[in-house]
Amino acid sequence: MSEYVPIVALLLIGVLLGVGLLGISALLGPNRPGGSKGAPYECGLIPLTDARNRFDVKFYLVAMLFILFDIEVVFLYPWAVLYRRLGVLGFVEMLVFLSILLVGFAYVWKKGALEWEA
Amino acid sequence: MDGTGLAISLAKAGFVAFLLLNAVPLLVWLERRGAAFIQDRIGPNRTSIAGFALAGLVQPLADVVKFMFKEDFVPPSANRTFYLLAPIITLIPALMTFAVVPFADVVRIGERLVQMQVADLNVGILYVFAIASLGVYGVVLAGWASNNKYSFLGSVRASAQMISYELSMGLSVLGLVMVFGTLQLDDMVRAQGARLFGVLPLWGIVLQPLGFLLFVISVFAETNRLPFDLAESEAELVVGYHTEYSSMKFATFFMAEYIAMTTGAALIVSLFLGGWQVPFVSSETLNGWTADLLGPGAGSWLAALIQFGSFSAKLGFFLWLFIWVRWTLPRFRYDQLMRLGWKVMLPLALANLLVTAAVLLVIDGAAGR
Amino acid sequence: MDGTQVAFYLLAGLAVATSVLVVTGRNPVASLLFLVLSFFCLAGLFVTLEAHFLAAIQILVYAGAILVLFLFVIMLLNLGQGEPGLGLPSVPVLALSALSGLAFVALLVFTVREADIAPITPARIEAVDLAGQATVGSTEAIGTALFRDFLLPFEVTSLLLLVAMVGAVVLAKRER
Repeated sequence: MSEYVPIVALLLIGVLLGVGLLGISALLGPNRPGGSKGAPYECGLIPLTDARNRFDVKFYLVAMLFILFDIEVVFLYPWAVLYRRLGVLGFVEMLVFLSILLVGFAYVWKKGALEWEA
Repeated sequence: MDGTGLAISLAKAGFVAFLLLNAVPLLVWLERRGAAFIQDRIGPNRTSIAGFALAGLVQPLADVVKFMFKEDFVPPSANRTFYLLAPIITLIPALMTFAVVPFADVVRIGERLVQMQVADLNVGILYVFAIASLGVYGVVLAGWASNNKYSFLGSVRASAQMISYELSMGLSVLGLVMVFGTLQLDDMVRAQGARLFGVLPLWGIVLQPLGFLLFVISVFAETNRLPFDLAESEAELVVGYHTEYSSMKFATFFMAEYIAMTTGAALIVSLFLGGWQVPFVSSETLNGWTADLLGPGAGSWLAALIQFGSFSAKLGFFLWLFIWVRWTLPRFRYDQLMRLGWKVMLPLALANLLVTAAVLLVIDGAAGR
Repeated sequence: MDGTQVAFYLLAGLAVATSVLVVTGRNPVASLLFLVLSFFCLAGLFVTLEAHFLAAIQILVYAGAILVLFLFVIMLLNLGQGEPGLGLPSVPVLALSALSGLAFVALLVFTVREADIAPITPARIEAVDLAGQATVGSTEAIGTALFRDFLLPFEVTSLLLLVAMVGAVVLAKRER
């Protein structure tokens, strides 16, 4: 566990640095709000709607597919580490696992879930 | 861990943070001068301290001073807390990922053998991917909290891009993990000290050329560098998720980007180019020479210094590659980017994995393991 | 108290505190960020148990993937402005929540009483993993368990992922 101590140290350095940098700006920089300075930048046009509009469901689909493939990759890591010790059995195991998932990948592809144009 | 061990490991963490932070102004300088060189311009060369411009190296210093004294501005329509939190959240994972990258062989301090790596974790490269996967939050929060349409679009695009290429990044190194049978970067670098036919250094790039290519492309995409900078795309999104950021808040995003770039290059070097290994000279040989010269203690320091130099040279090349590519290639269109990620990179990485597995099976079978 | 215990109480306290903030917060984005922090603490707790692989996965999959999806959903539905609050839930909902909460506590008490929670020492590790190391929680140990001892559950997982993939496409992709 002790090997994680310097990582916590790096985390603290990051937090302090981030807060410090923003703090420097807050301390040294002037602060004169007001006027049209506060309007969101839209190349000179006056913003008509809130920026946080609903966005395309495609992004949502990508996020879901990402989770599923991410889990698949996670399973592959311990397998890859042990692969040369697992021998033929390891190869067959992963072939079965991956073939089932490749069916899913083919389905996703075929259904056009990876198309971005439409 | 005893007191001395703790002090040593904290010193290493401090050293790495110091190194990364100092890489930022250097990279800013390299980027601007490099861009100028590629575009047949001169680039920044006027800023000087007491007449010394140092080929423009003083410019980043002036930039920092300017950032500090800029108005500390928060758009009234922004969500203040998250708006201020976003740059910090972006910076922290960028700083943390370098922790598992080894930058030299073991150094002898008295009786103690000290690894030149902040933390040698069992999960090694997985730690990098885990922490790097948190980088998405800063980008999304920045775009969302700014209440600006460009920012919001940029951040949504960026997050979809980052998660898509995370997959091929994770898959592309699996071939190497299989060959070396470990996730620990130090072991991988050590294994790359071997030679093919006693001549060619057996680096990751020799073992996994396709994996190397896929990994480099993924790192470009993960760091939002051209040709994958759709999150920023100056011409259409006005730098995207940090449009509404100014002063040191903007500089913090900038720092995080360059630190992430450095870490990405360091990973490429450690995984595929032998890390701190000096080409054609094994660590044992090198340590033998320096020990003859200075004795085992100081000798190990000299050897580590030479290896650190080798690591830095390779790192420098890849950092230059990042800049070179940025000023050479045009940007992808978004549908092209997603198609490349899901329909080209992902299947290729999977194929690479299966081919590697089959080849290893044959080789190990022939060797009777 | 040694370092591990200090780390445990610190992380456990933080995990509980952030979890409470997740459910009490009015702003969904703030709740989500607290949940990320909570998962971070959980990963830290895994580290104190020498479960290094699990710790990495906790961050990679939960904090880095699943919560990103949550964030997308919050943004997709434009919930981020903070909800006016829904008031207290109805009596049957409250009763059901209380019941399931109690059932969970009972399960927890039962499990903790039954479980063997003495610290893991090298002497207590019976099996050696395929890498020839006597460890628990390392990537090698997890791999050995997955690919030698629990092969069938592992293969079945792929079916689960397949179903989820089909489900995601059916839900989010309009037929044209």
